[in-house]
Amino acid sequence: MRLKTIIFFIILNLNIASAENFTLDLNKVLKNLRCLVCQGQSVADSNSEFAQTIKLVVKDQIKEGKSEKEIYNFLVEKYGEWIVYKPPLNKVNFVLWLFPYLVFVIGGVVIFLLLKKRNNH
Amino acid sequence: MQKKIIKSSIILFIIFIIGVFFTGLNKSSIYDTKNLVGQKITNIKLERFNNNRIITEEDLKKNDFTLINFWASWCAPCRVEHPILLKLNKEKNLKLLGVNFKDKKNNALKFLRDLGNPYDDLARDELGKYSINFGIYGIPESILINKDLVIIKKFIGPISQNDYTYIKNTVRE
Repeated sequence: MRLKTIIFFIILNLNIASAENFTLDLNKVLKNLRCLVCQGQSVADSNSEFAQTIKLVVKDQIKEGKSEKEIYNFLVEKYGEWIVYKPPLNKVNFVLWLFPYLVFVIGGVVIFLLLKKRNNH
Repeated sequence: MQKKIIKSSIILFIIFIIGVFFTGLNKSSIYDTKNLVGQKITNIKLERFNNNRIITEEDLKKNDFTLINFWASWCAPCRVEHPILLKLNKEKNLKLLGVNFKDKKNNALKFLRDLGNPYDDLARDELGKYSINFGIYGIPESILINKDLVIIKKFIGPISQNDYTYIKNTVRE
């Protein structure tokens, strides 16, 4: 009896763990998708017809075993890059991606030069 | 020397910021699908309205031009474009494929009985999932494709008189 109870709880635990994993992945993907018919809402936050359909499609694709990247690629192909909040690095937006690093490096150089100057004095 | 470097860096930075704002503010933030023009539609899978047969790419390749129209009986602007679709039905080189979107079958049939059926072929997308493959985000929307399944134009909202002239001229060329 005790063994049966232990097995029951192990199976229950495994099911809960996998369900949590599925929800987590789905929400993560939906939060990075823009609702195209809403004002500043992600697909995860919206209940519009469009968002509901996208939720169904993403759910299906996760069930089919598609990766996060594959799902984004599919939707970007259909709706353009505007649908993802975090667009992939490409020749149009490379400045946007590189700019923070560039500012970091330039800032470092400027601070270094100022400190050097102060030490020399 | 160092002062000069700092000065020119600041000036360059200001120019860059102005440039970013200038381009950013001039760019329209309204979503449109004009970038999808020229793309090929793949993985077409639509359930026929009257039976369970699936409409595939092969079916659409048989037509010189196909206008895929997404509609529903509950969609008021669909009623506005309906007379234009009926006129387009008379075009020889054009086939009209209607996709009934998130609708009840009886309501859809009543809609077509009352207003006329302009479609050469009719499909059904009960949950709206298949329409995502066509980049649909609201209805009515229509996509004009050629034999190679390449998108010639996407029409967001009801088809206007100007759109009608454009479609007519394109398929008659």
